[in-house]
Amino acid sequence: MAAITMKNIVKRYGDGFPAVQEVSLDVRDGEFMILVGPSGCGKSTLLRMIVGLEDITSGEMLIGGKVVNKVAPRERNLSMVFQNYALYPHLTVFENIAFPLRLAKTPNEEVNRRVKETAELLELTEHLDRKPSHLSGGQRQRVAMGRAIVREADAFLFDEPLSNLDAKLRGQMRTEISRLQRRLGVTTVYVTHDQTEAMTLGDRVAVLRKGVLQQVGSPRALYEEPVNLFVAGFIGSPSMNFLPASVDGSFLETPLGRFEVQDERKLAAVGDRDVVLVGIRPEHFEDASLVGDEKKSQGSIIRARVDVTEWLGNEQYAYVPYEAPADLAAQLRDLSRELDSDQLRTQAVVSLDAASTITPGREAELWIDTKRLHLFDPATSDNLTRDEEHVAELDRVAEESRAAQREAQREPAEGPGATVAEP
Amino acid sequence: MESTRSRALWIVVSLLILVWTAFPILWIVMLSFKTPSEIGNVQGFFPQDWTWENYETVFKTDLFTSALINSIGISLIATFVGVTFATLVAYAIARLDFPGKRLILSFALAIAMFPVVSLVGPLFDLWRDIGLYDTWPGLIIPYISFALPLAIWTLSAFFREIPWEMEQAAQVDGATSWQAFRKVIVPLAAPGVFTAAILTFFFCWNDFVFGISLTSTDNARPVPAALAFFTGESYFEQPTTAICAAAVVVTIPVVIVVLLFQRRIVAGLTSGAVKG
Repeated sequence: MAAITMKNIVKRYGDGFPAVQEVSLDVRDGEFMILVGPSGCGKSTLLRMIVGLEDITSGEMLIGGKVVNKVAPRERNLSMVFQNYALYPHLTVFENIAFPLRLAKTPNEEVNRRVKETAELLELTEHLDRKPSHLSGGQRQRVAMGRAIVREADAFLFDEPLSNLDAKLRGQMRTEISRLQRRLGVTTVYVTHDQTEAMTLGDRVAVLRKGVLQQVGSPRALYEEPVNLFVAGFIGSPSMNFLPASVDGSFLETPLGRFEVQDERKLAAVGDRDVVLVGIRPEHFEDASLVGDEKKSQGSIIRARVDVTEWLGNEQYAYVPYEAPADLAAQLRDLSRELDSDQLRTQAVVSLDAASTITPGREAELWIDTKRLHLFDPATSDNLTRDEEHVAELDRVAEESRAAQREAQREPAEGPGATVAEP
Repeated sequence: MESTRSRALWIVVSLLILVWTAFPILWIVMLSFKTPSEIGNVQGFFPQDWTWENYETVFKTDLFTSALINSIGISLIATFVGVTFATLVAYAIARLDFPGKRLILSFALAIAMFPVVSLVGPLFDLWRDIGLYDTWPGLIIPYISFALPLAIWTLSAFFREIPWEMEQAAQVDGATSWQAFRKVIVPLAAPGVFTAAILTFFFCWNDFVFGISLTSTDNARPVPAALAFFTGESYFEQPTTAICAAAVVVTIPVVIVVLLFQRRIVAGLTSGAVKG
């Protein structure tokens, strides 16, 4: 087990294309770190630089305190699960898992013992004599994981391991990976473009955009206190609504209507800007008729015409189209394209209680939880209202829950599984 | 209606091709079972009296047995050395980016297109000067150089098919480049290696031009060349039946090799390596 430290890592390809720019990231010992971002953001390249399959143009990569920039992959003692699993088709499942041990010239008895233990942990025991071509997608995935954990590697690296599985299996494997990592307590770096995976698996999540690290933090910190428009839009589904607003004292004039912000700190953050982008998550809207009086007074109410509603049983989405000034609309469109969602029109997505009877096509009263909105600078796209104290608080809570979770996972694991990492 | 008609057409065409290709072979087999005197005297496709006589004659002739040993030895050595080299070259071509890669490939292609006959004269002179004339290496060397291009092209196509991740996975698992090559890439490329080996073997086994021009005695003369030196029992008798028997004998290994390896050649070993 080891910590992984990246200092100003740069990757420039032969044609000068900068895939990764000045990334500094600290993965602590035993931590589950997620690298997330839309396709082409350099997350896979970064992972491949950690494992040594990609050269580092400049910067320093430390694993367990040692600089490994020039160390060959086989000497880094890391194990990796590839997106397409990269199982050896000519070997049985047993030999696939045993492959790293055989290379390390491990005595036969020990190979047998450790492969059996790993197979048991991953429920592969009855498949040990089969070839990978006879396995299902989920089983192949588990074999790839078996090959990774059979060795006492310093860290596990996952390169989008679930993207080849169907949705149901993906959910199961996600929990499986999470449980396994907590149980073994091995430093893990996991690359994905799926923000659900990022949120559910990671102790901390690093968001990348075009090779530049945007924000690192616990999933909650990313969700509640994003540093800029990109992170705010990327994390969360459906994504945060961005409304252009002109500032008028303590009031914001948005295309959805004029409402008051009662928070002094947020108003102060606006400074002398005339125009800001207001970020409101869908769930921070509510049907005003369903909001109690006490709660009502803590937010503001607007009137808007709802275009379409989608009733899902446990909740309800409403779509509210609006007109935005041309330049800001273009900026928002660029952003949505970058987030791989390519929205055609500027509209707000609103999540309502399933009991709401708002009718599409009519004007409706919507309550906004103004305490939880964020204000962004349209020029720099920075979050003006990020609360550092709250971030620190969230990170502390995440840290505690992680420790507790690990403790809980390890205790019942005194069986055969725990010895895989610590024989 | 349409499908039955096209099927019938298929069967007819297949039968025609089958007869076209199999008939000469069958004819030679039949000839090899006839007595030498039967040829020219008795008409008919099938032998009048089936006899093993020709085979006995062939294996009693020193000319043939030594030629058989030469052929087997030379072909096997040339195949082994050639395929080993070709595997390494093809791997480098498929995996590495180095200056002159295209040059090597086009050079290999140029050699493959070069008319073999035009080289025989110069080689004859050169081999006599440096003492390679009528020796095994004297045949092995030209065989390798003419078999290499084809083997390189076949193998590099096979190597390109193997996902690069396979090798990277091996490296992360702790393999050196050589171990990754030997334990992962070569087994995966086995069908390709077999194909290349078989093609090379056939090329060496069937060669006549080099065999007859670069040898003069039993030292190195391979079977195809030796067949030309067969003589009959008497001055008046043509050794046709014995030559046919010898031809059948040298065809058998080829048939066996194809039958043994055709499944390996066809089988896609990589299935299941990546998500299907």
